[in-house]
Amino acid sequence: MELAKDISGCGIAGFINTDGERISGVDIVDSITLMKDRGNGLGAGFAAYGIYPDFKEFYALHIMYDDEHARKVTEDYLERKVHIEQHGGMPTRPIKKKRPIFFVYFVQPREQSTKGESEEFRLEESDEFIFKLVMFINENIDGAFVISSGKNMGVFKGVGFPDEIANFFRIDEYKAYCWTAHNRFPTNTPGWWGGAHPFSLLGWSVVHNGEISSYGANKRYLEMYGYKCTQKTDTEVVTYLLDLLVRKHNLPMHTVAKVFSPPLWSEIEYMDDKDRELYSALRMVYGGAMLNGPFSIIVGFRGGMFGLNDRIKLRPLVVAKKGSNVYMASEESAIRYIVNDLDEIYMPKAGEPVIAMLTEEAYEKVYGSKERTYV
Amino acid sequence: MYEIDARDVYYRDLNARIRNAIKEHNRDIVLHNVCGQYYIGCGLNDKNVKITINGVPGNDLGAFMNGPTIIVNDDAQDGIGNTMNGGKIVVYGSAGDVVAYSMRGGKIFIEKDVGYRACIHMKAYKEMNPTVVIGGCSGAFMGEYMAGGTLILLGLTKKEDKPLTGVYLATGMHGGKIFVRGGVDEKLLWKEAVVVDPSKEEMKKIESEVKEFCNLFKIDYNDVMNEEFVKVVPKSTRPYGHLYFPGP
Repeated sequence: MELAKDISGCGIAGFINTDGERISGVDIVDSITLMKDRGNGLGAGFAAYGIYPDFKEFYALHIMYDDEHARKVTEDYLERKVHIEQHGGMPTRPIKKKRPIFFVYFVQPREQSTKGESEEFRLEESDEFIFKLVMFINENIDGAFVISSGKNMGVFKGVGFPDEIANFFRIDEYKAYCWTAHNRFPTNTPGWWGGAHPFSLLGWSVVHNGEISSYGANKRYLEMYGYKCTQKTDTEVVTYLLDLLVRKHNLPMHTVAKVFSPPLWSEIEYMDDKDRELYSALRMVYGGAMLNGPFSIIVGFRGGMFGLNDRIKLRPLVVAKKGSNVYMASEESAIRYIVNDLDEIYMPKAGEPVIAMLTEEAYEKVYGSKERTYV
Repeated sequence: MYEIDARDVYYRDLNARIRNAIKEHNRDIVLHNVCGQYYIGCGLNDKNVKITINGVPGNDLGAFMNGPTIIVNDDAQDGIGNTMNGGKIVVYGSAGDVVAYSMRGGKIFIEKDVGYRACIHMKAYKEMNPTVVIGGCSGAFMGEYMAGGTLILLGLTKKEDKPLTGVYLATGMHGGKIFVRGGVDEKLLWKEAVVVDPSKEEMKKIESEVKEFCNLFKIDYNDVMNEEFVKVVPKSTRPYGHLYFPGP
């Protein structure tokens, strides 16, 4: 008997040029497609940063609709809430199978439009406004899902192998300074278009290999802060936790890594007094944000990329550097396939974050402002 | 010498070509441009076969292998020597996680570092007695549930910010021997293992394996033997015998 499928485990890959130079999507597609056997055709996706330089002031909403009705309801809603600078169908190539429809909207919150609305929709900070808008659409409009909502970035995802999804969304025609990619092997949850990775909110995007066993605890924790988990997949909570911990609680990225993958109590015991106090406090305050279970994740955010393993390293992650490029992937071969003569290649330790950021000049060039934010 | 260009060859096709080449009595097979192909050498039996790999081979290199020699002129990925029965794997570089998982016989030499969970559940029975020599450092859980065989860790790449091994060293170990050059921090050990000095006979075994290692990777033997070795052994052959039923 020929086995139809004998390998399992999602694949992830990503790279960033820290000088902000934009690179075509061809490389990331090659890299993730080399690990095609890590997925089974039930999900793949890409996140790209720096793809909309002409609209860098606007939130780029990538919205997935099941049908024209969902689109109409959503567009009516958007017109009331936001100023739409430009919108249109996302460029795609024809495919044979049944698929949702994808639209992109470049928007800004509109102050006038919020007058007379309910309290929670008053214009506050614009990030918070967009966050609430996304949560509202995902929760309340049937058949409409916002798959990404950050500035100058976007997510492209669906059901298929990575090369099929890349072809469908014309990934080769985009240029980004940072790319992440995912190849899915769904285990506990359905393989549907919205359930493919990356999961994204504002500037955050997460690709993930493994499973978040603490999903229930994390979901309840997030719900207290107004996050609605609607995508039927565990990875969603990682995205929302990042948004909560960094955007709202102002934790540094390195500390977030230690909240997600905290040291074991037996390790904390051996730390010096200062560290012991810090790590004990983090475990107590952010117990609900700890990620339990095996995972390796690559996070894309405004101006950088971030890789992390669970605290006992139950999933693979390889990091490499060449010049101003930083690469991360599930397998070393996925990096070697797209770049020769690496300066450095290593496997980060469990719970040790790898953070690659745009330089000051590059950040200003890409986002048109000196002040750094993560979303 | 039988050469195969593996560039963009699917792993199943590559492995089929290797098997065919062996069927046609080729004994020296060289693979070029290997990049991530899984299962190379898997289940091969002929001990006269030598496979040289240029490029990074994929996961489960030499899994269930029983005889051949594999030379990797680059890094290797996860799961090399998985349940290997016999033969030899030499890696001129680093290897990924779960090296020699459940390995039952043969030898593995790795020039540099390995990832997490090296040699977990390695085992031995009568004349089957696997040996693994790691030149660099190792991640946590090394030798977890080890049941037999010999693991020698040299730590030649050790630096101040790069420890020799991680936590949970030899957790649940109940057989076999781990020799570590330069000592072991006892707080890394779990309850089931202890650190002792190797016997004279064991030193002979270490010397002969290190000699082979040094010849392979052109490293000065005396430099390596300059530092002291310690031995990690299990306290009991049945560490969890009373996990569920309180015993005497």
